[in-house]
Amino acid sequence: MESPGLRLALRIWVVLVLLFLFLPIALIVLYAFDPATIESWPIQGLTLHWFSVAWHDQQVRTAFLLSVKVALLATGVALVLGSAVAYALYKFTFFGRDGISFLLVLPIALPGIITGLALNSFFTFTNIELSLWTIVIGHATFCIVMVFNNVIARLRRMPRSLAEASADLGARGWQTQLYITLPSVATALISGALLAFALSFDEVIVTVFTSGAQNTLPIWIFGALRLGQQLPEVNAVVTIVICLTIIPVLLAARIAGASSVARTARATVTAA
Amino acid sequence: MATLLLTPPLAWFVLIYLASLVVLLITAFWETNSFTGNLVHTWTLSNLTEIVTTSAYLQVIVRTVGMAAAVTVVDLVIAIPFAYYLARVASRRTRTFLYVATLLPLWASYLAKVYAWQLVFTRDGVLNWSLAKVALGPLNLIDTNWAVFIAFCYIWLPYMIIPVYAALDRIPGSMIEASQDLGGRTWRTTRSVLLPLALPGIVAGSIFTFSLTLGDYITPELLGGTNSVFIGSVAYTSFLSNNVPLGAAMALVPVVIMVGYLLGARAIGAFEEL
Repeated sequence: MESPGLRLALRIWVVLVLLFLFLPIALIVLYAFDPATIESWPIQGLTLHWFSVAWHDQQVRTAFLLSVKVALLATGVALVLGSAVAYALYKFTFFGRDGISFLLVLPIALPGIITGLALNSFFTFTNIELSLWTIVIGHATFCIVMVFNNVIARLRRMPRSLAEASADLGARGWQTQLYITLPSVATALISGALLAFALSFDEVIVTVFTSGAQNTLPIWIFGALRLGQQLPEVNAVVTIVICLTIIPVLLAARIAGASSVARTARATVTAA
Repeated sequence: MATLLLTPPLAWFVLIYLASLVVLLITAFWETNSFTGNLVHTWTLSNLTEIVTTSAYLQVIVRTVGMAAAVTVVDLVIAIPFAYYLARVASRRTRTFLYVATLLPLWASYLAKVYAWQLVFTRDGVLNWSLAKVALGPLNLIDTNWAVFIAFCYIWLPYMIIPVYAALDRIPGSMIEASQDLGGRTWRTTRSVLLPLALPGIVAGSIFTFSLTLGDYITPELLGGTNSVFIGSVAYTSFLSNNVPLGAAMALVPVVIMVGYLLGARAIGAFEEL
């Protein structure tokens, strides 16, 4: 239906959008290698100095370790709860099924400040001290949907005949789960876990409300940016965070297909 | 078996998440002791009345909703041709490449994406350097609502592209051919066939761009100026200054708006195609 002119226009549009999407990120990465202490364009040269500064900065190290710890724990919780609910929704029909998938999407569909402020009020109300665990609770709540989405999509694509064949060949229920269902969803579990990790590692909007006195890496970055301090070091740290969020996502896309990393589409389709 | 599987996740969501939302709702009707700053569990409508009667707060709400609407419209205009190319013109390989290319910035660190615009807009930044090259500028966008607006459009764009692409991808080619056979030209086919069929995706994308803009306080904080106070900023500042009830009352505004938005979308039948 497209005339050649329209095709050309579309192609130019696509290139412009790609530039718009990638240039700002490339800019940060470039600045991370800039030897200058003030940030002005063009950059003054190339150096690894700021990565070294970041590496030796005790605050950054502590924050980094906390972020990794939180992301691993949140991913663990999300794996267990997300796959349990996905399997239950796939296997059984019951009243309120649609409500459950809507509920799971809510934490990523509602503005982050609401989830953050709500959790903070909840912890105050129940007299729970803010700690590593309150951060994990917040992160796990919106990571569950990542695992859930991936696993349920895979289960729905799995032919029912596989489990039936297994049963016909005399496998007990648990044997079918262990030897047929689990291997079929394994890559979906892995990609869900990688996405949950990436989401948690980068989260700041909710974490501000659930972290108390401790800094995760994004909170350290936010603090430095607010005060406008240590910006060259921030460039290096941010570059590392970009890598640590993008690498798991690329891995997930490789393992379970590009559509598995669509953060929004399937989530909203399920919700609606 | 179903009970065994569902109890832990549902308990998590009901006992923590929904309970938190309920506590937030209740907190909006409590107050803080103005001397000690402690939360006092006495029922009051003062937070809500303060918000709806203070013109500064009303201005904040109008500004935020206006910003969210503007970001949604601009992202839609950018996303539709891109998603169309992705879904209906690109070869299989190009499509996969473009799809991943859209998803990577979506996942790349949120703070990095905000901060990148600080580097672009800052006085000696890329923008003014480029403008000087063509004998223009300087244009000092940093600390203005323009900076906030452009950054919002940038950060949430992939959230619009992906659902619009998914919707366009689902439209059978025969529908478009039928429209053309009936004499529909490009514009007519787009307006009367493609856009209505893509509506669920457009609504899904706009839910994200709208909702994410409504609740953001970090982008205005880092890129905006004195005039860049948004709903999220008020909630965040109230939290910092220990006046959580006012913040909670303010946070109810986006909840009400989003619920209204979702119901409105349902009323015009946007979800029926999903």
